[in-house]
Amino acid sequence: MTEYEAVIGLEIHAELMTASKMFCGCRVVDSVTAPPNTATCPVCLGMPGMLPVINKRAVELAIRVGLALNCTIQRHNIFARKNYFYPDLPKSYQISQYELPLALDGHLDIELASGETKRIDIRRVHLEEDTGKLTHLDKDSQFPQGGTLVDYNRSGVPLLEIVSEPNIRSGEEARAYAVKIRQILRYLEVNSGDMEKGVFRVEPNISLRPAGTETFGTRTELKNLNSFRALADGTAYELVRQAEILDAGGQVVQETRGWNESKRLTFSQRSKEEAEDYRYFPEPDLPPLEITDEWVESVKLTLPELPDTKRARYMADFELSAYDASVLVEERAVANWFEHTLAVSDVDPAPSPKSIANWMINDLFRLMNEHKQGVADIKFEPAAFVQLIGLVENNTVNNNTAKDVLTEMYQSGRPAAEIIQAKGLAQISDETAIFEIISQVIRENPDTVAAYLSGKDKLRGWFVGQVMKATKGKANPEIVNRRLAEQLDQLK
Amino acid sequence: MSLTLADVEKIADLARLELTDEEKSQYRKQLSAILDYAAVLDELDLTDVVPTAHAVTRRNIMREDVMEPSLPIEDVLHNAPQEAQDQFLIQAVLD
Repeated sequence: MTEYEAVIGLEIHAELMTASKMFCGCRVVDSVTAPPNTATCPVCLGMPGMLPVINKRAVELAIRVGLALNCTIQRHNIFARKNYFYPDLPKSYQISQYELPLALDGHLDIELASGETKRIDIRRVHLEEDTGKLTHLDKDSQFPQGGTLVDYNRSGVPLLEIVSEPNIRSGEEARAYAVKIRQILRYLEVNSGDMEKGVFRVEPNISLRPAGTETFGTRTELKNLNSFRALADGTAYELVRQAEILDAGGQVVQETRGWNESKRLTFSQRSKEEAEDYRYFPEPDLPPLEITDEWVESVKLTLPELPDTKRARYMADFELSAYDASVLVEERAVANWFEHTLAVSDVDPAPSPKSIANWMINDLFRLMNEHKQGVADIKFEPAAFVQLIGLVENNTVNNNTAKDVLTEMYQSGRPAAEIIQAKGLAQISDETAIFEIISQVIRENPDTVAAYLSGKDKLRGWFVGQVMKATKGKANPEIVNRRLAEQLDQLK
Repeated sequence: MSLTLADVEKIADLARLELTDEEKSQYRKQLSAILDYAAVLDELDLTDVVPTAHAVTRRNIMREDVMEPSLPIEDVLHNAPQEAQDQFLIQAVLD
């Protein structure tokens, strides 16, 4: 049996978060929830005589993405008409970019499951407009002829197309790449990354070739992938399907295929029209767009620190593990929250960044997950969080009590000190008090003491438990452990 | 430069036009004549000339990202062949 190499390239479409559309002043609305056709005008409805005008903000956001993906921003930009007949486009052409796109030759490093880094090359990033939304009706009593409903709210929404080179080799690599693009777009605040709503769409081109050969096999394009899981699974399925066809001596048909999530298979949607059938030509309604060096430089200044840089900085400056750093930088809002905690200066001793990171990842995130909430839903300020950790570190409360206090803070938003005082949770660090409690536990349990002294060392934990029980968990565990060892050893 | 009948048929197909044999032959001649006319430019040496996408010299006509009122829904659907649920209702199209 022939061994194949997968050749996968990704086309990612991302709507840009502008207030108005790409070529007209209609507002950009949530195309899932907004009343149909309420954000449309002669331009985005393709009425005769309309004139599109480029949205400057959309160009800026596109430059931002081009820079973040290490592309060269093209100074001379031409918009083109991509011609095809389909009712999602009222003009019968889409305004896009063809020969002279906005950004070229970028790259993005992804991390593979093996821990290795792989560079995925990005061929181009270009600006275009999104299309309207079609709803296919079933034939029923209301619509005996069936039919298709068209909503043009989404028509003309600024859309960015990001095209990778085909150097992706598996469904998992495709997923890692798409996840990272989405993360960067969210960091750049150009796209929400909502795949369910189709604001961020990923379409892989997939083909196989005998391992070690250079020519490309016939490819299929996958659509309807509304999650990263679907992207990985659909791609993996398509690779197996194509291998089976080739092994049987057959030929892969060049076509668009859909992913059926419930049946877990791909199905033929339509044969792909050849690129030249789109008859691209320069859009006569839009004069050329010249992007100056000054413009690019000014956009560069608006770029935030990107996740890879941030992660490396957290690891180097705060001695965080690769895993912890990745978790904290995954979302910009979370990283911001973490960085706000580091700016808190009125807690003495100041908890280390590593300690704060541990509390966030282990405890705060657990509460957020339990409540299915995000960092924006946290009722207390980063400073209040640092104060709680400070109270652990100066031994006012022990670790376990602090976790309970955090739960209470999460629910009520009250400051830690107030909760500790109200509930009498302050840790007992008084050596004399702890000495007496231990003495009492020893007095009251002569049999267990005898068993311990006869060599059952494991009973030490039981004694710790009794002391904690007697102090309602408030005893300083470090002192309890030390004192207990001393007092039990004296009996030997 | 002469177009074949097959070229004309392909162009008609892409434009979703149904042509009679007579029209095909007529358009073949007319379209060929247009291409021949444009082919005059091939006589020039354009090696050092940047391809021109636009004859106008204007550049960078842009608008600020400002929202403007959209059309009332009655106007949007005024010329719709059919409508339902505030949307254009058209013959079923397959994806």
